[in-house]
Amino acid sequence: MARKLDQIELNMLHEIADLHQIPDGAYNIRLNGESAGRNSTENITIESKTDKPGINIIIKPGTKNEACHIPVMLSESGITEVVYNDFFIGEDADVVIVAGCGIHNCGTDLSEHDGVHTFHVGKNAHVRYVEKHYGEGDGLGQNVLNPTTVVYIEEGGRMEMETTQIKGVDSTVRETTARLADGASLEIREKIMTHGKQVAKTNFTVDLDGEGSSANVVSRSVARDESTQKFVSCIRGNNVCTGHSECDAIIMDNASVSASPDLDANNVEASLIHEAAIGKIAGDQIIKLRTLGLTEAEAEEQIIAGFLK
Amino acid sequence: MLELRNISYLVDDENGRNEIINDVSLDIREKFVAITGPNGSGKSTLAKLIAGILKPTSGRIILDGTDITDLNIDERARLGISFAFQQPIKFKGITVRDIISLASGKKLPLNVVCDYLSQVGLCARDYVDREINDSLSGGELKRIEIATIMARGTKLSIFDEPEAGIDLWSFQNLIQVFDSLREKTDGSIIVISHQERILNIADKVILLADGKVGSFGEAGEIIPSLANGVTDVCSKIPGQGEQTIG
Ligand SMILES: Nc1ncnc2c1ncn2[C@@H]1O[C@H](COP(=O)(O)OP(=O)(O)OP(=O)(O)O)[C@@H](O)[C@H]1O
Ligand SMILES: [Mg+2]
Repeated sequence: MARKLDQIELNMLHEIADLHQIPDGAYNIRLNGESAGRNSTENITIESKTDKPGINIIIKPGTKNEACHIPVMLSESGITEVVYNDFFIGEDADVVIVAGCGIHNCGTDLSEHDGVHTFHVGKNAHVRYVEKHYGEGDGLGQNVLNPTTVVYIEEGGRMEMETTQIKGVDSTVRETTARLADGASLEIREKIMTHGKQVAKTNFTVDLDGEGSSANVVSRSVARDESTQKFVSCIRGNNVCTGHSECDAIIMDNASVSASPDLDANNVEASLIHEAAIGKIAGDQIIKLRTLGLTEAEAEEQIIAGFLK
Repeated sequence: MLELRNISYLVDDENGRNEIINDVSLDIREKFVAITGPNGSGKSTLAKLIAGILKPTSGRIILDGTDITDLNIDERARLGISFAFQQPIKFKGITVRDIISLASGKKLPLNVVCDYLSQVGLCARDYVDREINDSLSGGELKRIEIATIMARGTKLSIFDEPEAGIDLWSFQNLIQVFDSLREKTDGSIIVISHQERILNIADKVILLADGKVGSFGEAGEIIPSLANGVTDVCSKIPGQGEQTIG
């Protein structure tokens, strides 16, 4: 362990990983571009890459009910980094991986973390991947996070990915690509809230190559103030498969949201659906909560909190 | 308790000015008052005027001596008015437990939430964490709406057709719910209903016809008149009243 975490860092750890302290089990904490602690377990090995910044996380076949935490924190202003993390999830394993990036930027410089995460999900393995993004700081420096996620799922494998970005990230471009083999399934749930002049772009590209493969991409977002969001989901059905993508957004103030579906069916048995709904908070929902005694502002807050829950 | 003084509500539509509520004056002091009348007679509009969702074109609304005409929806709610909608509102992500807690104004322990749900005949365990969205049936939404008003426990509760969508088998339970509400309250309950069995348990029945109070009296006096076609819906549609066949 390089050094003890201070209060700001512990607070970020809580926001991005729901952790109050250094976790049990396998973990790797990256702080200001350096390792601040690592632990491998019998079934989960974490090792540094030798050719570029980043780590390999190797999970033994058959590993059940284990979790691995890999939080990244930037607490100094002006750090920009690109990190490559590769996950190898063995056959029949069933694990939870909690990643997350927190930026505390009190300076005037840009802080940027671009993480490239590649998942190799083995046959019949199941992984739940939880990723949270959080920025804070009272400086003028920009907080930028550009996560790239590349997913390969082998026969019968299953991945659930939950990504959340609620606060403090000025600019984000999220790229997610996935390729699924026979019987594989992928479920992505994204939650985003943008404020001020923030910009968030999300691109999903899923190739359903395998027979009986399926993907479900669901995005719920709230755009406030002058912020802008762009959601593009491209699902290619290359076999007998089912794909569904959904973008549900609330716009407020002078914000803007755009959602573009891109469905390619390359097989007659491919069934692909896209749904998008963008609009302001329903007036009758506000009225209902006001009849329960909430003010208009309190009602809005409850509606948004529920929507992003 | 609640006094309406010369309340009118006008809207401008394609037929010109339309009096949805026409000079209604009422003094409600009884514990349990039912409002009935044909479809389109203005019952829901009157309830929305009392809850503050609509503002009267003219007239005053007095609650326990306080003029509330100029108060907005949430100010009236905090003064003790509750309103169960004819068509319950759906949300995304807000659960049954959330809404009942919001209604009561505090975070309720699970057993208290469950207790409200059981009273309206819902098996609590199956419902507390359900979202209030399209996945709930019409009857389930109506029952949750009633539970929400019970959790508020205010001095004036207005229910707009609470029986709609509730199956016959459960109807007796619904009557019990209103009986026990009446026991507990020291205020008033107003129920808008088309059901004779609900009108029968009311202290007074108001018959609304064409935006006006047709009659206001004991259930025993009002109900027989309903059968005599006093409440002819067609008289409201322009031109239809004059039509004669044969
Ligand atoms: N904003 C509006 N503009 C025009 N007409 C309206 C408006 N609001 C209500 N109305 C009309 O006013 C009348 C009364 O409506 P209201 O919903 O109060 O009836 P109701 O007595 O509750 O009927 P029901 O038994 O069907 O629930 C109806 O004819 C309706 O079409
Ligand atoms: Mg009505």
